[in-house]
Amino acid sequence: MAHDATHDHHEHHGAPQGFFQRWVMSTNHKDIGTLYLVFALLMFFIGGAFAMVIRAELFKPGMQLVQPYFFNEMTTMHALVMIFGAIMPSFVGLANWMIPLMVGAPDMALPRMNNLSFWIMPFAFTLLLSTLFMPGGGPAGGWTMYPPLSLQGESIAYVVFAVHLMGISSIMGAINIIATILNMRAPGMDLLKMPVFVWSWLITAFLLIAVMPVLAGAVTMLLTDKYFHTNFFNAAGGGDPVLYQHIFWFFGHPEVYIMILPAFGIISEIIPTFARKPIFGYKAMVFAIASIAFLSFIVWAHHMFAVGLPMGAEIFFMYATMLIAVPTGVKVFNWVSTMWGGSMTFETPMLFSIAFVILFTIGGFSGLMLALAPADFQYHDTYFVVAHFHYVLVTGAAFSIMAAAYYWLPKWSGNMYSETWGKIHFWSSVISVNVLFFPQHFLGLAGMPRRIPDYNVAFANFNMISSIGGFWFGASQLIFLGVIVHCVYFSKKKAADRSWEGAKGLEWTVPSPAPHHTFDVPPVIHDDELAHGHTDH
Amino acid sequence: MTSGGIGRLVSAWTAGVVLALSGGVARANPEPDQLNMTKGAAEWSPYGMHMVALWVCVVIGIVVFGAMFVAMFRFRKSRGAVAEKWTHSTKLEIVWTVIPVIILIFLAKLATGGLTSFADTTGSEMTIKVTGYQWKWRYDYVEYKGKPVDRVGFMSKLEETSDRTRQLKSNLDPEKIQVDGYKTYLLDVDKPLVVPVGVKIRFIIVGGDVIHSWWVPALGWKMDAIPGIANSAWTNLKEPGVYRGQCAELCGQDHGFMPIVVKAVPKAEFEQWLATQEDEAKVQKAAQTAQATPVTAPQG
Repeated sequence: MAHDATHDHHEHHGAPQGFFQRWVMSTNHKDIGTLYLVFALLMFFIGGAFAMVIRAELFKPGMQLVQPYFFNEMTTMHALVMIFGAIMPSFVGLANWMIPLMVGAPDMALPRMNNLSFWIMPFAFTLLLSTLFMPGGGPAGGWTMYPPLSLQGESIAYVVFAVHLMGISSIMGAINIIATILNMRAPGMDLLKMPVFVWSWLITAFLLIAVMPVLAGAVTMLLTDKYFHTNFFNAAGGGDPVLYQHIFWFFGHPEVYIMILPAFGIISEIIPTFARKPIFGYKAMVFAIASIAFLSFIVWAHHMFAVGLPMGAEIFFMYATMLIAVPTGVKVFNWVSTMWGGSMTFETPMLFSIAFVILFTIGGFSGLMLALAPADFQYHDTYFVVAHFHYVLVTGAAFSIMAAAYYWLPKWSGNMYSETWGKIHFWSSVISVNVLFFPQHFLGLAGMPRRIPDYNVAFANFNMISSIGGFWFGASQLIFLGVIVHCVYFSKKKAADRSWEGAKGLEWTVPSPAPHHTFDVPPVIHDDELAHGHTDH
Repeated sequence: MTSGGIGRLVSAWTAGVVLALSGGVARANPEPDQLNMTKGAAEWSPYGMHMVALWVCVVIGIVVFGAMFVAMFRFRKSRGAVAEKWTHSTKLEIVWTVIPVIILIFLAKLATGGLTSFADTTGSEMTIKVTGYQWKWRYDYVEYKGKPVDRVGFMSKLEETSDRTRQLKSNLDPEKIQVDGYKTYLLDVDKPLVVPVGVKIRFIIVGGDVIHSWWVPALGWKMDAIPGIANSAWTNLKEPGVYRGQCAELCGQDHGFMPIVVKAVPKAEFEQWLATQEDEAKVQKAAQTAQATPVTAPQG
């Protein structure tokens, strides 16, 4: 009787046939994951278009293309769209697609909320982007929205509402991920047997729940200062503009780790696969992620070394920030050790992962330099900082997402992508991204502030090189789009269930493409089939 | 940039690397193709600490990336490498946790020293108040050698040729704007801040409307100018010269057009300049009082 019921259940639950039913009403983790990824890719190109405007204006000294105010709108929108529209949703998309597959669950724990948390996003971004067409213009006070400057803008109410929506979406996504990981694991999938990617997302989800409300609070205070005559940040009324910065960076610093911890997880999946050797020091990797997450809460003021903090505070935040180098170093050493003694091949996901390790580490080095408060008095708010966080967020977060896309595309689409074009995309991206960002270190050290639309002629050559790198990197991403479209719709090369020779983990035990429903019956966990092998050394 | 430009760039680059890495050169203002921070012109400079941190990073980078490239070369499947089985080594993990901690302690000690000397504004012989406005700076001379200065203060904003050139599609050439052979596009003001060399100067930095940041790279620091908060910092310039900088905190549409120029002159010359300014202020004040009296008298 019970068996029959299960059987019936099967028959009636294929993918819905109608487009509206399938994509708009979806409660399926795979379809929602796809929606997130497509949305993030669209935002990546919109945010990228803003970056192209910035690099075009900075191509040579003198104002050629846009008014300074519009330039500031572009820098602000570029950041907001890339952070909240591209990087974060693509990680959430990967989480939706892969976490249930990796822990042996049939779906996310809260599928209807999953639909809602996705569909909020397009509305939030329509609202945010629409401000560009409003009479007062879009936000132009930087993504950090420091008052009093941000309060001079006319679009603050729209931006705050958009940020609230994004925050709600992120929190719902995070709750769903935590509930799924903690409650829906297949029998035998102990916490310390979970793939590192799942661990990284579990920790990231807690960060999200902890800090998104803090951002919501900060921007709400901006809103009441602007429209309801409160004086949280208004010095003339007894408020303090620096208070905003403390609250913002209490959110903002964990936020930058929200954008890199899942990347650590992805890289920890891919390198073992193509090195054909389990991850080195699995427990150390998990512990390192947790330590970085903890430290992220006590270092916020390193973004504020130049606001005139008391010396004791500067010293505390400097030491705490420097400490982050230790767990981050452990992760890098472990990735290198995973490669050491392996049997490596260099498919596109592996190439992106190797580039990630090297270039992210370079971003980490400049991060260590920035941590030294006396030197930061010179680096702060210069192009050195711009170079630093683009190494971490583009060659770090974005490269890891590209690596993940290549790695799991066969599982998602059932087809293999074109390895040749994947490699062309990789080499084009990795060379251009360095042409784009490396000279910015020199510009910053020589004295070019960030967020300026025009500059002294001494900065001309490196800006021109950087802009050329920028256009080249932007164009390279069209190859990425081409590879994805080709893989999904036109590739004739079918993917095997286990698409990569060295791939381990539950996601490779289901067919490619992954059927609409998987793990109706919980899988049996064999330690040998897990990415990191036996954990009890 | 022409191909000649690229050639120039490469040679300048090589020269720059040699100069920059051989201990710094006494360049005070941004130079074309400059690769590194300079020692600056003031007693306090983060340059030494910057170079130590840079070399620490370079050495660690060479070791780690070197190991990676060796691994990628030796352990590739196409060379017949077979994956080994180990996944753990407690000894190794302790080593690569402890070594970074030791390096960090060394860097932290260095940085704490730098911070302590930066925070010490005692013993200054002069005080200047700097106020940031959208989009100009105001300088007020507060006291010099223990004596209050009588009403010397002025606004300082982007000079006119740069301002005309930076207008959208002005078709004016930024390269043409020069002062004493230095191309000053966007780095020159109508009235520079005049200071004496060899005197410890304390700056009080405040914001008039939004947050700005007062930054002259040759002084080695920047400090935010925040409404409602008085920040302090100090410098002691070693050589006479003109030191250029810019606002370093996004402060609105003309944030990029808010330069700072500090003109350091010998003490005697400065004292003479200050006296002239004080006299002018007195004359102005007298004129104002004379003007104001007839207006108020009939009403009284």
